[in-house]
Amino acid sequence: MAVMFEYRAAHSAAEAVSLLREHGTDAKIIAGGQSLMPLINLGLAQPSLLIDINSAAELDFITRRNGSLAIGALTRHHTVERSGEVRQYIPLLAEALPLIGDPQVRNRGTIGGSLAHADPVGEIPTVASCLGAIMVVQGPNGKREIPASEFFVTYLTTALDAEELLTEVIFPILPANTGVCFKELVRRQGDFAIVAAAAAVQLGADGACTAARLALAGVMPTPLNADAAASMLVGQKPTAQIIEQAAQAACVGIDPESDVIASADYRRAMAPVFARRALTEAFERAARA
Amino acid sequence: MIERATTRLHVETQINGENTDYLCGPEQSLLEVLRDVLGLTGTKEGCNDGNCGACSVLMGSRLVNACLVLGAEAEGQEIRTIEGLAGPDGLHPLQQAFLETAALQCGICTPGFLIAAEALLDRESEPSEERIRFWLAGNLCRCTGYDKIVRAVQLAAERLRQAGQLREMEVPT
Ligand SMILES: Cc1cc2nc3c(=O)[nH]c(=O)nc-3n(C[C@H](O)[C@H](O)[C@H](O)COP(=O)(O)OP(=O)(O)OC[C@H]3O[C@@H](n4cnc5c(N)ncnc54)[C@H](O)[C@@H]3O)c2cc1C
Ligand code: FES
Ligand code: FES
Repeated sequence: MAVMFEYRAAHSAAEAVSLLREHGTDAKIIAGGQSLMPLINLGLAQPSLLIDINSAAELDFITRRNGSLAIGALTRHHTVERSGEVRQYIPLLAEALPLIGDPQVRNRGTIGGSLAHADPVGEIPTVASCLGAIMVVQGPNGKREIPASEFFVTYLTTALDAEELLTEVIFPILPANTGVCFKELVRRQGDFAIVAAAAAVQLGADGACTAARLALAGVMPTPLNADAAASMLVGQKPTAQIIEQAAQAACVGIDPESDVIASADYRRAMAPVFARRALTEAFERAARA
Repeated sequence: MIERATTRLHVETQINGENTDYLCGPEQSLLEVLRDVLGLTGTKEGCNDGNCGACSVLMGSRLVNACLVLGAEAEGQEIRTIEGLAGPDGLHPLQQAFLETAALQCGICTPGFLIAAEALLDRESEPSEERIRFWLAGNLCRCTGYDKIVRAVQLAAERLRQAGQLREMEVPT
């Protein structure tokens, strides 16, 4: 079956946006192609126009700015994985990145593509949700910023308008004494996660928790920000018991799905286990920091 | 009803060191272009969805799955495929090592493994077994099993190191 569409290479964000405006919902951006091409090959995606942003070099950058690290949408997974700045300033992202797919996928896939694709078990969306990252998007009327809590709407759906391009993601740099941890359940390294948990915590001089963030994946149609449950740790010494309570609280009301890889019941049972493990290890790292 | 374009795109690229140009449909993957337009059938199709690595090629210096790259995206790039691996003097040390250690059975995964392994040995002369296994994680083999493949890569790396050392010894004299 031949799928027919047109192809245009955009050399800048502005060019991509003007093509999007011209062609609206019939057009689709192609970045790394690692999620879109399988759909095209299967005939499941049939856009009338593919706008290729791979030559928009201005979207490929990692730069430190006002207490945060901004990463251009076209930056490849592999580039992020190898970046010394990412390792130093956003260690949670550095820990999660090598868990994505395999070398071929990471060589081509982009951070912006992962966020725009919004797979609810994607490592990058989960880290973005945990850290409260901000998406910068550009449309016909200029730029706007969307926090992760509003960006992920539901399964494979974001707050991006049809005419908008994601240009960068801004991660806040957490204090150096923060302990972070990313844990995921997979049958084989590189598979999509069955469930995953991302945690970032801080300890005061007295050993009590001063801040805690938690996000879970594989339990809802978007990454689940569980900061409310994690906040019960604040002011407490992080004992095994209270960590367990926070992990259980994070999973109240989760509604995972069954698929060929795992049942909803299995996900429901594993989610608090991975929340606990991520929190526990994050506290251990914070204590050493 | 959307008007579907049937225009073909003219793409200029370099494949295995030779300037090449071709016409392709906007929907055609680089894998389709290599095999069906250019007749370079050494690159294999296993899954067509990015899982198996049989279609591995180098684009610039990066190892990619050709089934997940559009033919149009090869514009201005340097592509390296299995057809470029053997030299005028015979097989590449990796190919020789795969043969000697029986690191293939049906062979459909082999071109992908060879290109991926070459990309590794171009970067590192003495990769550990763990490194080799992680590097080749995107390439699946359903018949041989991975031990023989990993051993073949180790053997080729060893021979390339020896050849390199010989060349270095020749230089000062
Ligand atoms: C074998 C395999 C294994 C994988 N394993 C994992 C895994 O374990 N974890 C994981 O998270 N992912 C995994 N992936 C997916 C991979 O991470 C993709 O790279 C990513 O999901 C999409 O990024 P991309 O650049 O390839 O986007 P594309 O495929 O090019 O695009 C994806 C979607 O995002 C849109 N888009 C892309 N860029 C922009 C932009 N700048 N602005 C607006 N819209 C945009 C496109 O229109 C499209 O709808 C895997 C993929 C494969 C093939
Ligand atoms: S055919 Fe491309 S990865 Fe399987
Ligand atoms: S030799 Fe048959 S798949 Fe590897």
